[in-house]
Amino acid sequence: MKTGSKQTTGSRRPGSARLLFDEPGPRARTRIRAATVLTVLAGLALAALALKQFGDNGQLAADRWRPFGTWPMWRYLLEGLRSTALAAVVAIALSMAAGVLLALGRLSPSRWLRLPCAAYIEVVRTIPALLLVYVVLFALPRYGLDLPLFWKLVVPLSVSNAAAFAEIFRAGIASVERGQLEAGLAVGLTRGRAMRLIVLPQAARRVLPSLVSQSAGLLKDTSLGYVVSYAELLYSGKVLANYNHLLIQTYLVVALIYLVVNATLAKVARTLEQRTMEGRDVRRAGRGRPQRLRRERPLRQRGGAGA
Amino acid sequence: MNVITDHLAEFGEGLRLTVVLTLLSLAGALAAGVIVAAMRVSPVRVLRAAGMAYVEVLQNIPLLVWLVLAVFGLPEIGVMAGLFTTAVVVIALYQGAYMAEAIRSGINAVPAGQGEAARALGLTFTQSLRLVILPQALRTVVQPLGNIAIMTLMNTALAAAVGLVELTAAANRVNLAEAQPIWIFVGAGLAYMALSAVFGLVTGTLERKLAILR
Repeated sequence: MKTGSKQTTGSRRPGSARLLFDEPGPRARTRIRAATVLTVLAGLALAALALKQFGDNGQLAADRWRPFGTWPMWRYLLEGLRSTALAAVVAIALSMAAGVLLALGRLSPSRWLRLPCAAYIEVVRTIPALLLVYVVLFALPRYGLDLPLFWKLVVPLSVSNAAAFAEIFRAGIASVERGQLEAGLAVGLTRGRAMRLIVLPQAARRVLPSLVSQSAGLLKDTSLGYVVSYAELLYSGKVLANYNHLLIQTYLVVALIYLVVNATLAKVARTLEQRTMEGRDVRRAGRGRPQRLRRERPLRQRGGAGA
Repeated sequence: MNVITDHLAEFGEGLRLTVVLTLLSLAGALAAGVIVAAMRVSPVRVLRAAGMAYVEVLQNIPLLVWLVLAVFGLPEIGVMAGLFTTAVVVIALYQGAYMAEAIRSGINAVPAGQGEAARALGLTFTQSLRLVILPQALRTVVQPLGNIAIMTLMNTALAAAVGLVELTAAANRVNLAEAQPIWIFVGAGLAYMALSAVFGLVTGTLERKLAILR
């Protein structure tokens, strides 16, 4: 379907969503110009309104923004960013490892492994991370398990994200052709080794973009440190705002830092996705898998006819 | 077990708030998602850029940061709104970005011929979008929208962190008073599981009724 639409629209101009309008004629161009002017005016009005609200309440005064041009302020916030990164990296490593094990367990031939893993994934996927944080904060200490602050944030995040990673890995493993595992078994590998040496590496490569975007989501989840009072970026912002009484300015700067970091990560994910797609196309063309092509050609023709 | 029956009122109120918060945010998110998705495929370049900026900015900043900024920051610039209203608006706008992306993928999945036929009949951009493209696009993304609905349910818990006493906060309060964490948190967890099961069922039914087989 996608190839069909690309063929008909891509020739006009490059880009993804050009389905809904033709090359504009003179009247359409006037209308587009009018809409552009209106949009810009609306945007300016909105910005003016925001600035007026800031100004009326004295939040635009230079001395309320000047501190953010000084190094100690930034050093403090960047220190918070470092803690965010540390918590995210540890939680990503833990939950990915657990995710692989859970995915393998859910696909295992033994029922005693399959059912508990499936149950874990299904249960944890539908429980908010904050509830798990509260459990670690307020329930576990009653049973004598009082973790250090860092782990109070990382453990619940790992527990909840392990289920998400497990589903990603399971999709990846399911997408690897059956013959790969069978060939591994046929040359005398045990099931475990065939999985580890043959299936998993291929699966991981295929789901790499999903892994990156899930990791970016986990990085956003570390903002729960605000509840745990672990000094990651958002909690650092809270402490800083309590100290300098520049509440809205501090949180805006914190939001800006998150925006820059996450936008960069999202860009990396998109690049990876493009590269894996291209790699797969090249590989497929090079090897010429007859089965795959036969299955796909009718689809493409149908898309072409419909388009 | 008694803890839950003793505090049924608190739990019920929390559950009610969670459900209302989720449903209102979802309605708002769907509206925002449709508008932003329409902006992203419109012929006006500035609108396309604005839609893209919306999605990027909303998705790349954690929801908790948005909530904190809105709940504690907005009063500083003279914007006063109730805690519940603020939470609904913020969650709706945040999930709206995700809805927009899902709906846009649905729009891209509608065969190009549909749009071309609509234009050949003389429909304007808005008409072709409203009458031809969107009805088909929305039908193809029922499942992704259902996933976003469950994600929204999970995210409403974050409102507890800024002081709204929904289900998670209610459980936490009862626990602080009664100190019997196991039953209380298991009960809250079960309630969330039941709610997402309901969302899953609704999505499945809608999908069976609406999906177009291509």
